[in-house]
Amino acid sequence: MASKAARASGGSRSAGRRHPLATVALLLVGLLGTGGAYALFTSSATAETSASAEALVEEGGKLFAANCATCHGLDLQGTTQGPTLIGVGAAATDFQVGTGRMPMAITGPQAEVKPVQFTEEQIQALSVFVAAQGPGPAIPADMYLTGKGDVSNGAELFRINCAMCHNVAGAGGALTEGKYAPALSGVTSKHVYEAMLTGPQNMPVFNDTNLTPEEKADVITYLKYLDETPSVGGFTLGSLGPVSEGLFIWIFGLGAIVAITVWLTAKSN
Amino acid sequence: MTTTPTQDAQPKTRGQRFTGAAANYIDERTSISGLVKEVGRKIFPDHWSFMLGEVALYSFIVILLSGTFLTFFFEASMVEVHYEGSYAPLKGIEMSAAMASTLDISFDIRGGLLMRQVHHWAALLFVASIGLHMLRVYFTGAFRKPREINWFIGFVLFVLAMAEGFTGYSLPDDLLSGNGLRIIDGMVKGIPVIGTWISYLLFGGEFPGIDIVSRLYILHIMLLPAIIIAAIGIHMLLLVINKHTQFAGPGRTNDNVVGSPVMPGFAAKAGGFFFIVFGVITLIASTFSINPVWVYGPYDPSPVSAGTQPDWYIGFADGALRLVPPGWETEWFGFTWSFNIIAPLVILGLFIAIVAFYPFIEAWITGDKREHHIADRPRNAPTRTAIGAAGVTFYAVLWAAASSDLIATHFKLSIEGVIHSCQALLIFGPIIAYFITKRVCLGLQKKDREIALHGYESGRIVRLPHGEYIEVHEQLSEYERWKLVSYTDYKPLMIRPNDQGRITFGQRLRASASRWFFEDRIAPVSQQEIEQSKDEHH
Repeated sequence: MASKAARASGGSRSAGRRHPLATVALLLVGLLGTGGAYALFTSSATAETSASAEALVEEGGKLFAANCATCHGLDLQGTTQGPTLIGVGAAATDFQVGTGRMPMAITGPQAEVKPVQFTEEQIQALSVFVAAQGPGPAIPADMYLTGKGDVSNGAELFRINCAMCHNVAGAGGALTEGKYAPALSGVTSKHVYEAMLTGPQNMPVFNDTNLTPEEKADVITYLKYLDETPSVGGFTLGSLGPVSEGLFIWIFGLGAIVAITVWLTAKSN
Repeated sequence: MTTTPTQDAQPKTRGQRFTGAAANYIDERTSISGLVKEVGRKIFPDHWSFMLGEVALYSFIVILLSGTFLTFFFEASMVEVHYEGSYAPLKGIEMSAAMASTLDISFDIRGGLLMRQVHHWAALLFVASIGLHMLRVYFTGAFRKPREINWFIGFVLFVLAMAEGFTGYSLPDDLLSGNGLRIIDGMVKGIPVIGTWISYLLFGGEFPGIDIVSRLYILHIMLLPAIIIAAIGIHMLLLVINKHTQFAGPGRTNDNVVGSPVMPGFAAKAGGFFFIVFGVITLIASTFSINPVWVYGPYDPSPVSAGTQPDWYIGFADGALRLVPPGWETEWFGFTWSFNIIAPLVILGLFIAIVAFYPFIEAWITGDKREHHIADRPRNAPTRTAIGAAGVTFYAVLWAAASSDLIATHFKLSIEGVIHSCQALLIFGPIIAYFITKRVCLGLQKKDREIALHGYESGRIVRLPHGEYIEVHEQLSEYERWKLVSYTDYKPLMIRPNDQGRITFGQRLRASASRWFFEDRIAPVSQQEIEQSKDEHH
């Protein structure tokens, strides 16, 4: 629909100026224009890029109609099965589809991570398509995802904002009614950023006034640090804290000791 | 052990002469030989379950050694500092000196992290081995006269060990320990009338204050260890005085102890066992991380991590709090009555009181004033074993409830479902466990009786000359049978009028308790029955 508007605005600009979606279209044209221009100067495949931007939206639309529209509606208006996607932006789409949460396999307490169903290009197409239907948070710039921020600030922000659900070590935790906060190890920086920005499932939104992009980058830096730094104390037992430590000492610690006592008091044959 | 007379005849070497002279010198001045004779001749029967108390003792020694190392570097102060050590994610962060010194021990002091982990793992093992030791003593009836007092001292040690553990857990002033203290603070404040006063006294003002770490430190390194060492001393003294229990066996009676004496065999064995326990703890501590305070970060009253639990031995109390249904709170006489706190406190208080006084309760019910030195096989005291199983179930449910969130995430359940199941299990689990255990015990006793009288089924079918088929039963040897038949037979107490010819309420209560205890029982096989069965088989 917006792509139609975009094409219409391309044809006769004055006729569609007061159209409700004109702003969106203008924005899209602007984005595509700058993106295209950027590509023009950086890439050798100039003609293909600008053509593919158009094609991307179209392809995204087709993918959406085939895979998402059943629950989210053909016009993204939402149904009883799923929420509206107007205004969720590229970031939400990229997160949900890019982590395999969408399309959902079954309805349940929350969408679970599963093998990603689409290729990188298809995910990009879907994201561009959804973004084209209404403005929303965009996919974060690479500069925030490098993991080169302030690690101690990130750690503190993580403890204050994230640890109550995700556990201080990012090992995950339980929420009500079968919902849960997933473990964060191995999640890509882009997806972490998008999750903070869009608040998927039961997660609250941490918008840019709440946690600035730099602070989000710090949190990502800390998560990367946790991922990449080996545990100094040895095996972490799942970073679950005293519960796994207690089980370990009872089963393996005391188990070993009891085995030894049995051995010591065994009568030689 | 008898000394060999041939040795005396041989001339003594210089070493032997020196040892003799030194021993004489010391004995003349301390009269220690009597003590050595008494303690050195203490007999330890060989059974693996008799070594669990030793494990507790040895892990306590490991705790003392590693703890002493930690006191050299730990700073029990809540003065605010900015961390400048080598752990990058906490650099520049404001924290207490206690937390900063714990981080220094972990990252900047050679061997510090290993010592911390040895200390903490040993503490977990200490309490766990005490728990298992108590279960052994309970289920074998080794708490009966004359050992009731030693049971009580052991119970006090268990409580002290938990107190030691909790104070130690709270010292690093990290997020986890601060959250733990906050829960304790909440529980204290939930006690009507005096709660708030006690909390302010404990924390030196409003929580968290700046005093609690140094106060807990004094308790942790001085007062509690001193009491524990004294209690261990009395515990072991009584152990020597009471002699060791043993399982029934040929030659083992209520009046002797069969096993090896402390000197020299057992002492050597025990010394070796100490190093094995130390080795196991060190192996665990060097390969498995425990309480990574750097991940938790410094305490700050606002954040609480998901999966915040106390160390395992406090888990049952945490579980009790988690299982209280919502809304148990009311206002009477202008005071808030937090039954969500009071109820768990009362229930846990009752539970541990029953544990502490169980030997006296059972002695009153059974009316048994005899000394018992032969350990019961659990099946031969069905009601006691069933009560124990119920208690274990009750404790286990509370314990599991403390990890309700982790059970929910790891088994893909809803946390409400886990909590409601635990609530139901807390009430019905012990009842079910009681009846199942009692029936299983009686069943096993019946089986023992059958085997003692008729022997094992050999599986060999023989046809007799007149055509009858019989299965040949393999008879037990006298040694094997001994274990099966030697246990005390009890009968419910009779109600008898007292001197005034009255039957008091206490007597009725006691008689009905006794009936409950011994109503279902399998009498041990008598000698007469054995003779009779022999006649039948021959």
